[in-house]
Amino acid sequence: MGKTLFRKIWDRHRVHEEPGKPVLLYIDLHLIHEVTSPQAFEALRKAGRRVRRPERTYATMDHNVPTDPRPIKIQDANSARQIEVLAANCKAFGIQLFDLDSPHQGIVHVIGPELGLTQPGMTIVCGDSHTATHGALGALAFGIGTSEVEHVLATQCLWQRQPKTMQIRVDGQLPAGVSAKDLILYVIGQIGVSGATGCVIEYAGDTIRALSMEERMTVCNMSIEAGGRAGMIAPDQVTFLLLRGRPHAPLGAAFERAVRDWETLASDPDAEFDQRVAFRAGEIAPQVSWGTNPGMVTSISERVPDPATIQDSVARRSTELALQYMDLRPGMRLQGLAIDRVFIGSCTNSRLSDLEIAARYVAGHKVAAGVRAMVVPGSRQVKAEAEKRGLDKIFREAGFEWRESGCSMCLGMNPDILQPGERCASTSNRNFEGRQGRLGRTHLVSPAMAAAAAIAGHFVDVREWPH
Amino acid sequence: MSANGHTELLTMQPFRQLTAIAVPLDRANVDTDQIIPKQFLKNVLRSGLGKGLFFDWRYLPDGDPNPEFVLNRPEYRGAGILLARENFGCGSSREHAPWALKDFGIQALIAPSFADIFYNNCLQNGMLPISLPGAEVDRLFQVVSAAPGTQLSINLEKQHVSTPHGETFAFELDAYQKQCLLEGWDSIALTLRHEDEIAAFEARG
Ligand code: SF4
Repeated sequence: MGKTLFRKIWDRHRVHEEPGKPVLLYIDLHLIHEVTSPQAFEALRKAGRRVRRPERTYATMDHNVPTDPRPIKIQDANSARQIEVLAANCKAFGIQLFDLDSPHQGIVHVIGPELGLTQPGMTIVCGDSHTATHGALGALAFGIGTSEVEHVLATQCLWQRQPKTMQIRVDGQLPAGVSAKDLILYVIGQIGVSGATGCVIEYAGDTIRALSMEERMTVCNMSIEAGGRAGMIAPDQVTFLLLRGRPHAPLGAAFERAVRDWETLASDPDAEFDQRVAFRAGEIAPQVSWGTNPGMVTSISERVPDPATIQDSVARRSTELALQYMDLRPGMRLQGLAIDRVFIGSCTNSRLSDLEIAARYVAGHKVAAGVRAMVVPGSRQVKAEAEKRGLDKIFREAGFEWRESGCSMCLGMNPDILQPGERCASTSNRNFEGRQGRLGRTHLVSPAMAAAAAIAGHFVDVREWPH
Repeated sequence: MSANGHTELLTMQPFRQLTAIAVPLDRANVDTDQIIPKQFLKNVLRSGLGKGLFFDWRYLPDGDPNPEFVLNRPEYRGAGILLARENFGCGSSREHAPWALKDFGIQALIAPSFADIFYNNCLQNGMLPISLPGAEVDRLFQVVSAAPGTQLSINLEKQHVSTPHGETFAFELDAYQKQCLLEGWDSIALTLRHEDEIAAFEARG
């Protein structure tokens, strides 16, 4: 029987195993940031342990950094302290850091592929649940907690039970105005926020194959929102093209050798998955989340659910609470619903192509009166490239704020937050209660939907929107 | 720490048995942003996070405790077990979530299912997440809600949860993880015992 992409990578990284125990898995690449690493270094120090392979760990500052023009002095004392501690830890243990002054700084999941650190066939971990993003390049990448960050620093390995596998197949052509973000929101809406718990997802089918590298990252990024341990896509020419010439990718003949190896990673035709689901791209419409988790999502042309029609008491209660929090009426339409804020950014949708698409909807228009809209590029490189193409001008002229890179209002650990009761069209990945600011209301959408909402002042169906 | 024998592996408090008040949190898909909101992640220490636990639910916007939130009810004061609904701990990988629960006094959780990273993070901290079938969790919600302050007993060795009336529910747990909890092993120390194999793996390149 053939092997899956996941299984091939898993098998290549087994260091030790015995019956009844988890496998000791080797980790090729470890990414760290300021929020989930300080306690790991502290514990290492206490135990008198060293970092086993400092050259396999890279650090950046992204979660709590203000997005004001650089250089910045961080006002919040605790955030400033986390930034200082990360810098000191990287220095003490010999880890390369992309700090706020580095032209390579950015959201950890944006800079990994951008720098060519992320490569097919690798095992990659990070103390962050959206690590699955890197799986878009055909790597096995998953989020870990701080104790495991410490474990990887000390041993370059992790104990892992072999997860189950799930294939999510999407075939057919995405309708005009429907993006990778809509695709993944739709899938999560279908399988639910715990639909892939315990599983590594492989996305397959001709819709997935036709996606650009950046679109594939958007899809894999949200695997955790379906409960998935990781999400991955077999590497192909699109992947190799992205990697060629990146600073940390192999060079010359070594690159060609690597490609020959990477070509063998795709799941064998007769490989079996523990679970399979399939969808038709043609049935997907632009999505908007209406509730307080990413599975509470509907297409722009449909209505939000009515709890009265839900049989299961736990599900009914969840729906009631979500509608109440979001201040929505049962059965209402989201099209036409007024918004206060727009956030274009996050590791889901802050890459160059996301900004280009949003700019197309914005060009020549003005942000609606009363709406505050911001664009936060995923990395300094994305920002520089976007500026080279004049995107910053388009956004600024329309009335958008054009900011420095970081996680920003995706999680509101920096000053970019929603005020209580504000409603936001956001290209990020989580609409949890208070995620973007206490009592703030988040609607997850694609960059096109967010841009059009900023101009209209309310949600619109981008399929009917001139751009 | 002693450098010889097994004592070097003992860094976590072992978990064997627990009899404690169970507090019922009747919501599905409770995410880690609710368990510990972002403002409490700006710490460089892992201690003292209990004050931020369920902050937005526990406190009203003016800072007063929300009398309606179950953790604030006096009957549940000193709870050591959290009873929850499906997919508990979904969302972010923040280990601050189990740290906050532990600091608050929660040592074990019972729910129909947990999110993977959260589940793992609990075990890393010597806490026991127990998955039981939905109907059994329903029954425990009934028992505990009918008489707030009811204590449940957990026996890890025998792998069961019991009510004061003698109802018993068996749970499953990975044998290796059970051993780690019972012994309070430090997983890094366990891994470092395989250093030769790690070096050999690296040499193969
Ligand atoms: S952008 Fe948001 S989801 Fe992505 S790493 Fe930052 S905080 Fe996490």
